[in-house]
Amino acid sequence: MIPEIGQFAVILAFITALYQFAVPMYGAWRNDSRLMAVAAPAAGLQFVLIALAFACLTWSYLSSDFSVENVFRNSHSAKPLIYKISGVWGNHEGSMLLWVGMLAGFGAAVAVFGGNLPASLKARVIAVQGSISVAFLSFILLTSNPFARLDPAPIEGRGLNPILQDPALAIHPPLLYAGYVGLSIAFSFAVAALIEGKVDAAWARWVRPWTLAAWMFLTAGIMLGSWWAYYELGWGGWWFWDPVENASFMPWLVAGALLHSAIVVEKRNALKAWTILLAILAFSLSLVGTFLVRSGVLTSVHAFAVDPARGVYVLGILCVFIGGSLSLYAWRAPTIKAGGLFAPISREGALVLNNLLLTAACASVFIGTLYPLLLESITGAKISVGPPYFNLTFGPLVVPLLLLVPVGPLMSWKRADLFAAMQRLWVAAVAALVVGIAAMAWQWRGPWLAPFGVALGAWLVAASAREMIARTKVGSAPFNVAWARFKGLPGAAWGMMLAHAGVGVLVIGVVAITSWKEEIVTVMKPGEVMQVGGKSVTYLGESPVTGPNYTADRARFQVSSGGKPVSEIWSEKRVFQPSNQPTTEVGIEPFLSGDVYVVIGDRAGENGRTVRSYFHPLVWMIWFGGALMFIGGACSMFDRRYRVGAPKKAAKPVVQPAE
Amino acid sequence: MTVLRSLILTITLLFTSLPQAHAVQPDEILSDPVLEARARELSGQMRCLVCQNQSIDDSDAPLAKDLRLLIRERLVQGETNEQVVSYLVSRYGEFVLLKPRLNASTALLWGGPFAILLIGGLIIFMRRRKGSMLAEPEQALSEDEQSSLRKVLKEPE
Repeated sequence: MIPEIGQFAVILAFITALYQFAVPMYGAWRNDSRLMAVAAPAAGLQFVLIALAFACLTWSYLSSDFSVENVFRNSHSAKPLIYKISGVWGNHEGSMLLWVGMLAGFGAAVAVFGGNLPASLKARVIAVQGSISVAFLSFILLTSNPFARLDPAPIEGRGLNPILQDPALAIHPPLLYAGYVGLSIAFSFAVAALIEGKVDAAWARWVRPWTLAAWMFLTAGIMLGSWWAYYELGWGGWWFWDPVENASFMPWLVAGALLHSAIVVEKRNALKAWTILLAILAFSLSLVGTFLVRSGVLTSVHAFAVDPARGVYVLGILCVFIGGSLSLYAWRAPTIKAGGLFAPISREGALVLNNLLLTAACASVFIGTLYPLLLESITGAKISVGPPYFNLTFGPLVVPLLLLVPVGPLMSWKRADLFAAMQRLWVAAVAALVVGIAAMAWQWRGPWLAPFGVALGAWLVAASAREMIARTKVGSAPFNVAWARFKGLPGAAWGMMLAHAGVGVLVIGVVAITSWKEEIVTVMKPGEVMQVGGKSVTYLGESPVTGPNYTADRARFQVSSGGKPVSEIWSEKRVFQPSNQPTTEVGIEPFLSGDVYVVIGDRAGENGRTVRSYFHPLVWMIWFGGALMFIGGACSMFDRRYRVGAPKKAAKPVVQPAE
Repeated sequence: MTVLRSLILTITLLFTSLPQAHAVQPDEILSDPVLEARARELSGQMRCLVCQNQSIDDSDAPLAKDLRLLIRERLVQGETNEQVVSYLVSRYGEFVLLKPRLNASTALLWGGPFAILLIGGLIIFMRRRKGSMLAEPEQALSEDEQSSLRKVLKEPE
């Protein structure tokens, strides 16, 4: 009964989405305020219906209703509660339901928070949002029904892949999806603006918080995934240039570019057509990512051909939305009036360069991800594109970008004095140099480029610190004055400083772990000691343990630093029931200088164990940098101008009761 | 490693091995640290043919182990890195290389990102020379605007 309610809710949501698309769009065209007014309630209703469907599916998982095929395939009655819940989106059908639920949620959020939008723009934004829902709800109904039943119902389910049974992975997909789907709002705003033929500072101000939110979700999702891979996959890898990772990284890069170009639209009324294009591209890349992941095309071109229903459907959606929006762009963009002029050496010019480099970096990810598919389908030749390719293309494109990050904010609008900007940065340059030399002294081995990488990261951090000191006059003004200035700094300024510093911190972490990682693989017997990263690791012995749905061998290790014991860590080899699938749990002891990371392998001889110990220097900086970026985004989000800046109409008697 | 990848894993669970890496075993390691370092570098650039996007250095699949041992054997026999790579390519095809070699069919792959940077830069430069950076050329007034302008100016239509 409950699954059927969910099924009907999806069907009703589909009909509501159709209505949400067609009626307000027509109303905006005819300038009929009554027709436009249905947009907001329809968006709300669509969201409620999908939320209901999602609740029904969750209920089926919680009650282990194995008559629902999706539950049978992905759950098990002995699974811990949290993984019964996360199992809802740990599979294709459920994750698509989550995807459209978020899409509808963002649409409803525009309906709720979009009170200060012009009626026609709001109606069109919500209508475009509805059209995306129509596409994906029909995808669910026609190819991926999460509520399909089995008769007779099986007694027990197949269980969730144990490697997915992890708290970080439970919240990782919703975050990532919120990011992907959040970009749909920027897309809807762009398409609505193209239809209206009007892009101005107010438009940029409305779009920016949504893009910022999506970018923050993507940042958090990517970082969480990276952290999970680091501690779960068992060799300390944190980024693999895997096509599925790239699928989330490309929208992140373009959303970053969009955040910067929207500033130019808002402040200077320039770069308007380009900003619209970026908004379209950002969501298009989200759709491409969905296609890559959902079609099976990544495993092999042939997997796609074997079961083409889903892949072809998503490809169709892709063509309609990307092709449609780009055609609309080609048709309407020339009518967008150009805004303020500026000299090449100016804040605008710097942001153009930022956009150019970010776009090219994204192109390297895009080409590297899709080229093997393209080449195989055209010539049949199979090639692999792996990390070495991305290091050689993405790297050189990003380094100049990072070098320029501190310079841009010191340029003035319209026309800037580059020399004056550089003069203000000399302290940061010296600081970066000192850090680079210190890095060389700390780790003389490893690639010669590494200290330069660390210096590059330090350059960004130091420039942000300089900016903060200059703006608050800490040190030069009396404390209370500096404190008042500190508190008075706008959220956007904090956002910029923290996010840029976060990028710098992340760069240092990446360079450190890539260049100076230590690895020791050896067979250990209880009592034996091993040195890694200046710490000693003593193997204490192993014992069997039993978890809720697994049994394990737990090997315990004593970590000592400077002769003093610090803590005891353990690494496990688990065997999960019912699948009999083995996984490995890693033992990690974090230090400021880096992580001691211990993983056990197979038994070796009498009493012996293969033990891999790693030292991952400064690895915490990767996620700390990510966290700084996220916090920076939040600061910028809460900037006052998004709350009081946009003009608010006193009264808006738009919604009228139907007669 | 993103969850999306894990979702794929769930789907392909029955066909592929888990990505949990155990990689190089103690008994594989060469006694000569220079050769071992070269072996690690090479195996980081070779794709494990039966895994999803893993190098043989990261993979615990039996085939990856065979390839790691093969690389080490060849290095011990005194082959150069290039010779080892050529041998592996002759045996498994270009697919084994995580860093594709530059040739006619990969020129676009290697040149593409930089071409986009160049083309983008050129477009910006050309637009600048036309007078306004990244700005669209001014449009003539549309029919509607012309007629409303005439109305305002009280010209006969």
